[in-house]
Amino acid sequence: MNVPDNLRYTKDHEWVRVEGEFAFEGLTDYAQSQLADIVTFELKPVGSKFKKDEIFGSVEAVKAVVDLYMAVGGEIVEVNEKIMNTPDVVNKDPYGDGWIIKVKMNNADEYNELITPEDYKKLIEEQS
Amino acid sequence: MSKKTAIYDEHIKLGAKIVEFAGFLMPIQYKDGIFSEVKRVRQTVGLFDVSHMGEVVIKGKDALAFINYITINDVSQLDEYQVQYSAMCYEDGAIVDDLLVYRLPDRYLLVVNASNTDKDSEWILKNKAGEVEISNISDSITQLSVQGPVAEKVVQKLTDNELSNMQFYWSTETKVSGIESILSRTGYTGEDGFEMYAKYKDGLKLWNDILNAGEEFDIEPVGLGARDLLRLEMKYCLYGNDINKSTTPLEAGLSWITKLDKENFIGKEALLKQKEEGIKRRLVCFEMVEKGMPRHHYEILKDGKKIGFVTSGNFSPSVNKFIGLGYIDVPFHKSGTDILVDIRGEKKEAVVVKPPFYKNASHK
Repeated sequence: MNVPDNLRYTKDHEWVRVEGEFAFEGLTDYAQSQLADIVTFELKPVGSKFKKDEIFGSVEAVKAVVDLYMAVGGEIVEVNEKIMNTPDVVNKDPYGDGWIIKVKMNNADEYNELITPEDYKKLIEEQS
Repeated sequence: MSKKTAIYDEHIKLGAKIVEFAGFLMPIQYKDGIFSEVKRVRQTVGLFDVSHMGEVVIKGKDALAFINYITINDVSQLDEYQVQYSAMCYEDGAIVDDLLVYRLPDRYLLVVNASNTDKDSEWILKNKAGEVEISNISDSITQLSVQGPVAEKVVQKLTDNELSNMQFYWSTETKVSGIESILSRTGYTGEDGFEMYAKYKDGLKLWNDILNAGEEFDIEPVGLGARDLLRLEMKYCLYGNDINKSTTPLEAGLSWITKLDKENFIGKEALLKQKEEGIKRRLVCFEMVEKGMPRHHYEILKDGKKIGFVTSGNFSPSVNKFIGLGYIDVPFHKSGTDILVDIRGEKKEAVVVKPPFYKNASHK
């Protein structure tokens, strides 16, 4: 299972990449593999503000439907239109073209509290 | 301990995602994903390892009478090498399992659902009557399935049998790529296709030979995830979802295999009674009008009242819609009826439609 070293993770199998004051969030390779083919995303609109751990949408896939949680608090400034039209891009490229939302962070410290790649690898080993 | 089919190591090499199903470690999908695999079977050809399926052989002087007593279709109508879709029922008319019955020259072969193999064997033994010999040979058999519009071209390369002469739901005993097999023109996808039963020890060679023969036709392995979707698009029942020990074949739309005019069989009385009193609910196809994935057990509503429940649902890549099967109370089962499906607390519009969902399948 691919777990890039340059990202941080959540127990809900989301990844976060920080660029300045912005954070990109998506589903991990493990998550997409567990869900099987993804059919549709339902996401709150751009401009919505959430605290860390609040639900910002859901993903419907062949195996299951799951809620999506804010890995860091902030404002959704962009949703990835590509995944709305062709959700399978998340199955194919979960860490690249398959990102889900771009968030303007309230507090960059929240990123540092996320799970490190080493610990995330341990987490999915325990779960699989 | 989970069982492995003869192809297990190959599935791993091919990058399959493995899940435990009915006590077997089975490939649910390979690298390209479930929807791609569905498309491949609809457009060209795919190869399935379905060795988890159960096989029960029944022979002896009274085999025909016995099988006719424990199944609901009429086995006496079968010619040698003909295959029949059927089911076994309990005394109350509910379904033990659905199955295929092969009439072979010296024996009958019953092919049953993997999740029911043990239960079925016990049920068959419990009802044993007359001079019959019953053996569960499931663990010694590899079953492979080649499905898709060009399936005949692939299998023809491996057998001297003239396949264009083989009708749908007929079989033969022959060599496939030099391996002794029962070969039938059957499947669970709606497409033209063949299923073959070989010895476990020959299974891996057969698998690899089929993949090699099919290379020029773009064959790829296909997992159980796609198999489930392919059968759903055709409204083929899945035991445990659409039929089970609390549903009858008449409710499930299987009256075409329920031969109520044949001599006594287990469940006949109850089924006759149900038919007389009127069938109160029906297994129907529905399409979502509003986007949403219907899943097993979700409630179906009409005018604020519960009128049924979903038994299977998914997104159909072949018709590009969310589709489902469910039991709906009469008279709301009629096609064209507007219904609501309770999807995680949100009531989404759907409509009852005629089967099958996918109407361009290639089966003969």
